[in-house]
Amino acid sequence: MTQAEIKLCSLLLQEHFGEIVEKIGTHLIKTGSQPLRVIANDTGMSLDQVKKALCVLIQHNLVTYQLQKRGFVEYEAPCSRVLRILRYPRYIYTAKTLYSDMGELIVEELLLNGKMTMSAAVRKVADRLTETMEDGKTMDYGEVSNTFVRLADTHFIQRCPMAPETTETSDAPPPPAPTLAVNEKDMYVVPNLNLIGKGKRSRSFDDEDNGEHKAKRQKQDADSKEPPPDDGIYWQANIDRFHQHFRDQAIVSAVANRMDQTSSEIVRTMLRMSEITTSSNAPYTQPLSSNEIFRSLPTGYNIVKQILDQYLTLLADDPLEFVGKSGDSGGGMYVINLHKALATLATATLESIVQERFGSRCARIFRLLLRKKHLEQKQVEDFAMIPAKEAKDMLYKMLSENFVSLQSVANLIERRQYETKENKRLLEKSQRVEAILASMQATGAEEVQLQEIEEMITAPERQQLENLKRNVNKIDASENQVDETIFVLESYIESTVKKL
Amino acid sequence: MAGRGGRGRGRSQMTFNVEAVGIGKGDSLPPSTLQPSPLFPPMEYKPVPLQTGEEVEYMLALKQELRGAMKNLPYYVKPAAPKKDVERYSDKYQMSGPIDNAIDWNPDWRRLPRELKIRVRKVRKERTTILIPKHKQRLPVDKEEAIKKLETLEKKEEEVTSEEEGEKEEEEEGKEEEEEEYDEEEHEEETDYIMSYFDNGEEFGADSDDNMDEAIY
Repeated sequence: MTQAEIKLCSLLLQEHFGEIVEKIGTHLIKTGSQPLRVIANDTGMSLDQVKKALCVLIQHNLVTYQLQKRGFVEYEAPCSRVLRILRYPRYIYTAKTLYSDMGELIVEELLLNGKMTMSAAVRKVADRLTETMEDGKTMDYGEVSNTFVRLADTHFIQRCPMAPETTETSDAPPPPAPTLAVNEKDMYVVPNLNLIGKGKRSRSFDDEDNGEHKAKRQKQDADSKEPPPDDGIYWQANIDRFHQHFRDQAIVSAVANRMDQTSSEIVRTMLRMSEITTSSNAPYTQPLSSNEIFRSLPTGYNIVKQILDQYLTLLADDPLEFVGKSGDSGGGMYVINLHKALATLATATLESIVQERFGSRCARIFRLLLRKKHLEQKQVEDFAMIPAKEAKDMLYKMLSENFVSLQSVANLIERRQYETKENKRLLEKSQRVEAILASMQATGAEEVQLQEIEEMITAPERQQLENLKRNVNKIDASENQVDETIFVLESYIESTVKKL
Repeated sequence: MAGRGGRGRGRSQMTFNVEAVGIGKGDSLPPSTLQPSPLFPPMEYKPVPLQTGEEVEYMLALKQELRGAMKNLPYYVKPAAPKKDVERYSDKYQMSGPIDNAIDWNPDWRRLPRELKIRVRKVRKERTTILIPKHKQRLPVDKEEAIKKLETLEKKEEEVTSEEEGEKEEEEEGKEEEEEEYDEEEHEEETDYIMSYFDNGEEFGADSDDNMDEAIY
């Protein structure tokens, strides 16, 4: 891991879990696996703090543990998983596009809580959706359950490894740590629950005995539950599946840009047919026959078989090689060359970065080098028609581009935190004013009084707030955008790592 | 020492073949850097503008909401509040800050190594001494329930139970309480007053005095 990666992980942990968890998480990322006491010693934190932090990190799938042969437990934090926190908004948004608000909230709850049982998730989401509905309306558990099942069927959520069932009569003392395991075939199996009910709205301000009733109701709820039928069966978001989706999206969009809408729809269909049958790191999809593809095209598409065949041939012949022909049976067997596609996308991304940062001449050299892999310096001169000295400078600059992306995001986050801290006083003041305004409006204040309160924030202060908001938004948006680039480059690098 | 002749008389030897890198004989190297590169070097080309659009806006909002939401969840571990200078009477009635050896959410302990379970000892004593006088008549049942409760609530630090809660216990006799429904506010009340109304006056005068035309009395 690079310094930049560690720094970014540390910032992400701090923003989402606070400093205590951050210290312990960062320490584990740097040092590899360690037992509890060593962590406490090395970080100088109390045992209780470390325990608390580890519980949180394990809950969120950021730390794993292993029982060593000599009977002690070691904890480990893979840096790559922590970096995924940056991508949570993209996962949630994807769920929204595929399964609308219900899907969005399910995935959001799973990410916010790390893991949940299906019954807990359905209940929580139903409650949240009910809040947004008109008075008197509630969200039915059944609908939410259905969406949950669909997410599981398409593998966007998966079951967490389970703890072993405890046998009643066991002479041996329980092990210091449970061994969690999951059966491949059970990973997407939804428990047979009969979830009946509707979402509950939390009480509005108008209720007089607000606090007491809510507490009473909560207690009644709690006590009327026995352990839920799916007790112990936890679900988490399946990040690899989301990545697969992003990859597919990128490929489809590249084909659309390079060729046309119809070609991209054909490629999209092929990818959709291969969603579950292709493993995440496969170099190409399972071969699909032209007949199968024809049958699976979306119903709106009215192209005849011959046209489809022509398109497939064109795609297979294209120098980009996104699509390959692997046989002649069934009207022609075709595959999507996933690794090749990732390489092409990564190359295009890098070329674009080089062009924007260093200019077209640099970009020219870069493209050359990528294709020829290795050139004598003289040859670079000849091919690119650039004087030697400039060429040397540019080559050096491009080498340093390597670490920039991750470092950028870390810098962005730091800048954003700095800006927010600088304006803390002003932010707090504006929040107070808003709160006062809201409560005054609720109790029916007059327009004049409201205006007076508003004026408590002076015009230059308002301007400052506007600027701050604009800058913070810009920085946040940049973080998201840079992460898209990181995704493309990372996917390519992962695809080149051979599986043992 | 042969390679280290006088200053400026040609370059010293290096461990790798200098020519392979492209530095030919007689070439002048660029001046060596004596300081770290500037923090904000001037950019040669203007960057491409940020993406815009509905999708981008939505994800931006999501990102900011997530950050805010996480801060309010129990997974966000705040450092224990530093001890105040003097122990005050009102401390007993106020919501104390986060405590190191308490955990605000309920992990599934069956999935975690045993060593991670946090025990809170001092709570036991407080609860047993005060619980008994309030529920004298119902001692046998309550004791069992109290012990059960203590076991399930071992990790949390709690204040004294209130009479209000006592009534509820009678209603739901025999049923097992789940930790998640434990409401701190309820338990902390030894009085009939609503906690949120209580203001111990420590914040008086702490607000900034900017833009105040009137005097404070």
